[in-house]
Amino acid sequence: MTLDVSGLTKHFSQEKDGSPLSVLDSIHFRVQEGQFVSIVGPSGCGKTTLLRIIAGLENPSAGQVLLDGREISPDRGQIGLVFQDYALFPWRTTLQNIEIGLEMMKVPKKRRRSAAMDYVRSFGLTGFEHAYPKALSGGMKQRVAIARTLITNPKVVLMDEPFGSLDSQTRNELQQFLLNLWEEHRKTILFVTHNVDEAVFLSDHIVVLSKRPARILKTAPVTCARPRDRTSSECNAVRREVLNTLKHARLA
Amino acid sequence: MNWARYLLPLLLLALWQVLSSLKAIPVHLLPSPFAILLGFRDLMLTGMPPGYRLPYHALYSLYRVAWGFLAAALLGIPLGLLMGWSDRLRDLTTPIIELIRPIPPLAWIPIAILWFGIGMKSAAFIIFLGAFFPILLNTISGVLSINPLFFEVAQTLNAKKRDVFFKVLIPGSLPSIFVGMRIGVGIGWMTLVAAEFTGVKTGYGLGYMIMTARDIQRPDEILAGMLVIGLIGILINTALKACESRIIRWNA
Ligand SMILES: Nc1ncnc2c1ncn2[C@@H]1O[C@H](COP(=O)(O)OP(=O)(O)OP(=O)(O)O)[C@@H](O)[C@H]1O
Ligand SMILES: [Mg+2]
Repeated sequence: MTLDVSGLTKHFSQEKDGSPLSVLDSIHFRVQEGQFVSIVGPSGCGKTTLLRIIAGLENPSAGQVLLDGREISPDRGQIGLVFQDYALFPWRTTLQNIEIGLEMMKVPKKRRRSAAMDYVRSFGLTGFEHAYPKALSGGMKQRVAIARTLITNPKVVLMDEPFGSLDSQTRNELQQFLLNLWEEHRKTILFVTHNVDEAVFLSDHIVVLSKRPARILKTAPVTCARPRDRTSSECNAVRREVLNTLKHARLA
Repeated sequence: MNWARYLLPLLLLALWQVLSSLKAIPVHLLPSPFAILLGFRDLMLTGMPPGYRLPYHALYSLYRVAWGFLAAALLGIPLGLLMGWSDRLRDLTTPIIELIRPIPPLAWIPIAILWFGIGMKSAAFIIFLGAFFPILLNTISGVLSINPLFFEVAQTLNAKKRDVFFKVLIPGSLPSIFVGMRIGVGIGWMTLVAAEFTGVKTGYGLGYMIMTARDIQRPDEILAGMLVIGLIGILINTALKACESRIIRWNA
């Protein structure tokens, strides 16, 4: 399986005068099966827009997104998206939030319950299966959101700054958690962040975007061996490279 | 202290009683609290007019409200959901609704009597009008206030239209629907008594009971009747709130 993003360009028409706002400028990259690819870029550059187009929530102005060379059909559940602010349904408990995707797929109640319970256990949510999102910590909400997306078994998982609003300790914990999950299941993940450390710790490749309209400045492979040591000199080298690219773009 | 909040009302009541006993208040205009209590007893035991006792008046009034309210909810909630859901339908129907809404329910009494005659149907129709618009408008605004993110989450989880309606639209607007029902039943209840004052004269009904008490100069029974109307209003509201907190547990 491969995900090809080719020549993706997006303009919005601005609300005040209808003049075009250019957000994405011929974005082009490929994600191979089982890869963990991160997208970093300055705030407001168009990262969320890029993911929304890949997820089919927004139409591109030009270019296309192909899965195995074919256009993605919106009703097949091939692309999963973990939203920037969890977006859990407040009226559903942990268990009900996790299983909603299976409800839509008409999986019988018993089967979806037990599938959701498996996620509750392996995601460290035991004891909170009947709690409403209001009663969960930020880290737990994020785990529920990830479980809700994974349970439908999408071919590609998109994540939009999933750990952006967490404190640094919870953030590190969840990075490790996601990494273990990925190493176990080898899901194909496209991960948006503006945290370079996070991208270096997690991914196989980092796509570096410019400020708006986003262009690809660089696609940097992260070569350091796993399991990674955040402070190793190899990791530092990649981090320096990415940070320098971003800095040059800022000064240019 | 919990009892402290009852202190002031009790003191005022005592003061009122003392002033009445000293003949500082004209009792033919404002009977003493104790006299009102006796009036209440007379309403319960003898009835007004004699033989028509208070519990039956209350039951008949509640019966009318129940019908009017039920009809308003059964029509207003589905219509509100659809109007919130479809911009087209909303644009189409809003002018009609804005035209009818400002007409006070009581202004419908003459035409209601012409259409339905004096009695149960007229009363229920007036209550229906009083309860319908708050329910409808709150349902619409409930749908419109749902975070658009939730619709997108549903979309990425492959929701069909039906799923969106039942799993996002309804639960998302439920808190607002309950607000509408509480306001609606409150207005319905107020409207009822007025409707019974004027047009809807059958043997039973709290409004009718009070008017009869006025005809024969019994201010004690008028005030006792008013108190009963207020208390039942509180009771209805409490019952609906209890319903609400059972159904909407995620807000607790
Ligand atoms: N529907 C829209 N209509 C008009 N402009 C939009 C729309 N959606 C996004 N934009 C604009 O596009 C630009 C990029 O937004 P986007 O949310 O994709 O950036 P981002 O990189 O995800 O930002 P952040 O780091 O804050 O999450 C912003 O200037 C935003 O205002
Ligand atoms: Mg964003």
